[in-house]
Amino acid sequence: MRIKHSRHFPWLLYLAPALLVYTVFMAFPLIDSLRLSLFSGNNQVTRVFVGLDNFKRLFTDPEISTRYWGAFFNTWKFFFVHFIVQNGLGIFFAVLLTQETMKGRQIYQTIIFIPTTFAVLITGYLWKLMLNPVWAGDFLVSIGLPFLKHPYLGDTNTALWAVSLVSCWQWLGIPTMMFVAALRNINVELLEAARLEGAGSVKTFWYIKLPLIKPIVGIVAVLTFVNNFNAFDIVFAMENVNGAPEYSTDLIGTLFYRYGIAGQHPIGIPDAGLGAAIATITFLLLMVLVIPTLRQTQRGA
Amino acid sequence: MRGSLRKENRHIFSHIVLLLWTFVVLFPIWVLVINSFKTRLTIYENPFWIPKTWEFSNYTTVLRDGDFFTYFKNSFFVVSISLVLVTLLASLAGYALARYKSRIGTIIYYFFIAGMMIPIKIASIKLLEIMRALGLLNTIYALPPIYVAMGLPVGVFILTTFIRELPEDLYEAAIIDGASSGKIYSMIILPLIRPALATTAIYNLIPFWNDLWFPLIFINNERHKTLLLGVTRLFGQYQTDWSKVLAVLTLSAIPVLVLYLAMSSQFIKGVTAGSVKG
Repeated sequence: MRIKHSRHFPWLLYLAPALLVYTVFMAFPLIDSLRLSLFSGNNQVTRVFVGLDNFKRLFTDPEISTRYWGAFFNTWKFFFVHFIVQNGLGIFFAVLLTQETMKGRQIYQTIIFIPTTFAVLITGYLWKLMLNPVWAGDFLVSIGLPFLKHPYLGDTNTALWAVSLVSCWQWLGIPTMMFVAALRNINVELLEAARLEGAGSVKTFWYIKLPLIKPIVGIVAVLTFVNNFNAFDIVFAMENVNGAPEYSTDLIGTLFYRYGIAGQHPIGIPDAGLGAAIATITFLLLMVLVIPTLRQTQRGA
Repeated sequence: MRGSLRKENRHIFSHIVLLLWTFVVLFPIWVLVINSFKTRLTIYENPFWIPKTWEFSNYTTVLRDGDFFTYFKNSFFVVSISLVLVTLLASLAGYALARYKSRIGTIIYYFFIAGMMIPIKIASIKLLEIMRALGLLNTIYALPPIYVAMGLPVGVFILTTFIRELPEDLYEAAIIDGASSGKIYSMIILPLIRPALATTAIYNLIPFWNDLWFPLIFINNERHKTLLLGVTRLFGQYQTDWSKVLAVLTLSAIPVLVLYLAMSSQFIKGVTAGSVKG
């Protein structure tokens, strides 16, 4: 029966619209952006092939390479804060939220996810006010918390931390819910057996739960990586596209925007080739790190 | 045994930890809302407590500024059309990929899935060029094609998986009755996959509604700005008046928040759908 159906089934017709939109507006622009990294000029008319010149400028031009490496290492820091704080708290909360006998789990879950429904821009503006020492600073001093009166967003030592932690506050809901879903899938009998054997909650977590949810840990790690390597909104909202103060919060995302899309101050002419080169490196980096991570963690999943 | 169980049931430590986080989440939101009812100056008086007199003028000013409604309307239009298209196209593709099992089908399936791991922002340079060539730059019509492309990988994943799990007998009876594939899709598949369609829509709702990047790089025309892009403008305009800024932020956060609180379990299921099987 199925064979007959398949033969007369115009499957390509059903596939075509999705395939077309996906190819034209995602796959093709992505691949062509890689090609554009070998060209200079901003449109078809002025475009000339320059080989690896854009990459050479990115890594050897004193001004550009300083900015690039600055943004590169900031992005890694930004990522690691998320990886440790956001995913660490996420898995911790998920373990707490999957305790069968605990009350109010649904309410906690709902609350944890609230910030994730906000736009990053809204979160960013709100925390910009919260962290403004001129606003609540005197009040905080008056209630005996003077250390909280600090220009966290204006100090080059703290700005990136502040921005990263606010971003963790926003996104915590996603890893938490993923871990909750994964932990729920663990066979209850297995956990019961471990408990009867006398394994405590730490041991159970480390030797039973964590290995069993490894595929989700892998997915969360990859998503954290992918999302943070093109983060832009949070810095845009809390600082500005220049990654103030003094480029200390400049990320690959903001750098890409300045060079490739908006154009550097004060000239204001975007450099599409350089932008494409930045995008290409990010793309290659994602490939190199994401594929092995998925291989490692998705085996048998 | 009973004693130990009762002790376990209380979970005091867990409650303390989770209540602490509840505070961390709700406190900024409390600050946001109460301060939006103060004035430019009283906002500095008692930052974390309710205003002495409740001031509604921030909201009326923002709402009277006609642009806010334009922005809201634009976002609503862009997001609804994108969600309808992404669920429709993904369900058609999912139907084809689930029913037609072949090597090329598998390749196409993985071609779609690969998009789940690649941020479309990387393609911005070329997308900007394509939109310029299509004459869509500076209009909201530049956004739906990109959002649909962005949402398709997860949509195809969710719907193909879901349709694959539908029982085979379903089709056999219909084919014996001589139903065409189109009829099978519209009369049998579509009603059955409604939960998966909802999951796809919810999964994409937040990234579409909350996207700032593409409106920012595509649209510079006041009449075509989306809500968030409008918020950046209003933020600049009211910069010296934080109480008004907070009113804008509150108004912008409400739509998704209300939707979320009304159907939080579906939301959470939708967001985790991209990664968890079943």
